[in-house]
Amino acid sequence: MGIHTSASGVDDRIETSLLPIDDEEFGYREARHLLWRAGFGGTDEQIRTLASWGPKKAVDFILEYGDIPFENDGPTEFDHDIMRPRSREENMALQRAQRAGDENTLAKFREMRQRAQREDRGQMREIRHWWLTRMIQTPRPLEEKMTLFWHGHFATSYRTIEDSYHMYQQNRMLRGLALGNFRDLLTAIIRDPAMLRYLNNNQNRKDAPNENLAREIMELFSLGEGNYTERDIKEGARALTGYTYRDDAFLFNKNQHDEGSKRVLSAYGNIDGDGFVNAIIQSPHCAPFICAKLYKFFVAEVPTDTKQLEGPQRTVIRALSQTMERSRFEIKPVLKKLFLSKHFYDPSIMGNKIKSPVELVVGAVRSLNTPVRNLTVLSQAIEKMGQSLFLPPSVKGWDGGRAWINTSTLFTRQNTLVYMLTGQMAQTNRLFADRTPYDPRLIVDCMNDPRIEGDPPDELIAGQVMDFVLGRRPYGAADQLLSAAYKVDKPASTNGIRTMLLLTTSMPEYQLC
Amino acid sequence: MNLHNDPTNAKAYTRRAFIQNSAMLASAALTVPAFIQSSAFAMPKAELGLSSIAGVNEDNILVIIQLSGGNDGLNTVVPYRDDAYYRLRPSIGIRPDGLHILSKNGSNGAVDLGLNQAMTGIRELYDEGQCAIIQGVGYPNPNRSHFTSMDIWHTGETTGTGDGWLGRYIDAQCCGYGKGESGTPDGSMNDKVEPPIAIGNEAPLMLTGRNMMPVSFESAELFAWAGKKYNEDIVEEHRKLTDMVNERIEHEKDSNNAFLLRTAMDARISSDTIRRAVSEKPLVNYPNNALAGQLSMIGAMIRAGLKTRVYYASIGSFDTHANQLGGHARLLGQFSDAVRAFQNDLKAQGNDSRVVTMAFSEFGRRVGQNASNGTDHGTAAPMFMFGPKVRGGFHSTHPSLTSLDQGDLKYTCDFRSVYAEILDGWLSTKSEDVLDGKFKHLRVLQG
Repeated sequence: MGIHTSASGVDDRIETSLLPIDDEEFGYREARHLLWRAGFGGTDEQIRTLASWGPKKAVDFILEYGDIPFENDGPTEFDHDIMRPRSREENMALQRAQRAGDENTLAKFREMRQRAQREDRGQMREIRHWWLTRMIQTPRPLEEKMTLFWHGHFATSYRTIEDSYHMYQQNRMLRGLALGNFRDLLTAIIRDPAMLRYLNNNQNRKDAPNENLAREIMELFSLGEGNYTERDIKEGARALTGYTYRDDAFLFNKNQHDEGSKRVLSAYGNIDGDGFVNAIIQSPHCAPFICAKLYKFFVAEVPTDTKQLEGPQRTVIRALSQTMERSRFEIKPVLKKLFLSKHFYDPSIMGNKIKSPVELVVGAVRSLNTPVRNLTVLSQAIEKMGQSLFLPPSVKGWDGGRAWINTSTLFTRQNTLVYMLTGQMAQTNRLFADRTPYDPRLIVDCMNDPRIEGDPPDELIAGQVMDFVLGRRPYGAADQLLSAAYKVDKPASTNGIRTMLLLTTSMPEYQLC
Repeated sequence: MNLHNDPTNAKAYTRRAFIQNSAMLASAALTVPAFIQSSAFAMPKAELGLSSIAGVNEDNILVIIQLSGGNDGLNTVVPYRDDAYYRLRPSIGIRPDGLHILSKNGSNGAVDLGLNQAMTGIRELYDEGQCAIIQGVGYPNPNRSHFTSMDIWHTGETTGTGDGWLGRYIDAQCCGYGKGESGTPDGSMNDKVEPPIAIGNEAPLMLTGRNMMPVSFESAELFAWAGKKYNEDIVEEHRKLTDMVNERIEHEKDSNNAFLLRTAMDARISSDTIRRAVSEKPLVNYPNNALAGQLSMIGAMIRAGLKTRVYYASIGSFDTHANQLGGHARLLGQFSDAVRAFQNDLKAQGNDSRVVTMAFSEFGRRVGQNASNGTDHGTAAPMFMFGPKVRGGFHSTHPSLTSLDQGDLKYTCDFRSVYAEILDGWLSTKSEDVLDGKFKHLRVLQG
């Protein structure tokens, strides 16, 4: 056990053991890998520190983020009233106007609504900036990384719900439960106003069931297609009848709830939403499905249909699901097992994952220590790369992986890094040209090494830049980096290193982590 | 040790087993645009005479123009003989003397309609028989959200979900994909199919398929590495690093790194091709507005012989809720001037009969004006199609202004019948492979 060789060829030799990696195998590359996958990358110093701690302490530090104080963790208040529903009086006035054909009043109501929508779109932008800032600043990167994971998993789009405060509430809920118990997440999601609205459960009534939420819960959130029947959907929808919201809070509308007996998966009885969640958790398909999604997010591309899993990935995901089931659906033990495992640090795994747009941008600030410069610019860049926070393309979330990359997004990725490193934008637009100073010498270890007298050797600088920024030294790249640096200044200078960073971050390898 | 990222504290910073889709994406044939492989650029310019030169692309081209925000159809194509129009729009109804009254040259006979006075260019195209106006275009259960309605138009599905309709078309051409979200590849591949090109800062859903992504760029300057703005000379190293592919993927042909290296080289080469194409001075003068700028780039790419069959441009700000008369007319003027210049350009190139242009908006606006001398989100609206190969004049019927659905027009033409005709009649594919069902043609295109 350990090395798996698939029938398809010798290239598939890959470590499948989930046994912990040995201390001596955990060095700079491994610590760097852990920081990127479990967070958004780190500085050279952070990488060295984690490497010196060894895998156990490093992984615990990342996982036990609840112990790390975060001064910006207090509640951030956004206006919850912008999209408030009409009051009773307003509704009566509206109905009167409709009956009387009073176009002026009707127009006023429409205008009010449109004004609120405009204001709310503005608040959605603020909330997006707030989250981006949080990801950039947090001392608990895994907390934000997991919140991002759940945002893509329980994908809900502002496009449909048009209520920024509900999106914000959902984001906080996901963060609070990010590394908790999956059952709690399901229990919370069927009470989440944004989700209830997004999947129409506010229209799910005893006499007219709406199956949307029940279907997607099983298909996309917990079991995967083919692991339940149409009947389970129908009966599950009945269990969720009356689960709705009023203003910003969950509301159980007893009058609309179907009290009859239902059979959902292996459960039978007068099942309500929580009974439905229990039935899901008891299904043998739940843990493998969630573990496959976690694997896809943290490790490597795998089919979302767990039946299609084969070879090493099947072995690993099956072992992770056992951990999940044994811990009664706690997430943390699963990630602990994974982050410590030999498999996680296999050479075919490290550096072979395409960074999502958020990982690319947040990771650049956190590792290269570039200025943030302008959140609007960064947020729009992320959007151009295909990942608008709070606007996932569908309830399936983002496809991720190679779907992030096309000719246009690749230039956007390169040019966003140019902006972050130099303040220079691709378009001739003075509005956003930014002059915040940035000294990249600080990020290269040998430039700050008191033992080195004078300038460090060129090859050492170029090598360290690539080790830190790319996690590898691509063939022939050092010569090009140094050649470019000399056109600007000597390599051991602010602009020399900046030039090397410009080129390094434009390399295809930089898109990987 | 602290992972907190404090920008003020400088010291803190001193394999395989892919799913089938990904495996297909990994194929080099699919990631390398055909114009890289062919020598389209060495070909004679189109104006030297197209038809019989071997290797010169003679395929039909579709250009989409999106009018974003919900264009007020009733003040674009004005039913000036209908009392209800002036009754419901007392202060923003346009009088006949403020219109281009259209003559009866259309294939469908009498017209009681006039074009907004700002639309001189389109009026000329109409008079030349190169402008088709399809009336009352919409879909069942109209959605008044900009987002959702736009998604419906982009996907060609009344649910507004799934891939884009032209994305599905391109997928079907290149890889045998079927319709809808569950389409699966039939294994065939055609590496001659080019990705569609969108001018703008995003990849429009309409052009996005399962397998083929549009090449999109806002402007030539954005479709290139911006590091050259920091230092012009280091572009040489950037290019070398991009082109040193073989040495770097020798041992990992299916890895994400190999995929990225190939895509980066494609991007570099498409960038060169497209920027070279759009750097040519157009044969005609374009007006100075954003849409005209986009169409002049599309004109340049067509002239340069790119094999791309679908282009996309857009113009925004049609969401005219208040004091709309002046602003709306300005937008229509930009649209009209840009299209006129584009058609002139195509004609001068000798490419005009290869190109059909379709303009749409996500919805029209309500029939009655609102209290702010504007109009709110509505339903059906006219679509435009341009080019020598359209049947000029009016198609479908104008919706009634008196028989309304809660103050909104009832659509008289399903938008998918226009898509179906474009797919069947212009893009030579089977519309039922791309759309959800068969839709009756209006015969907007010459048969």
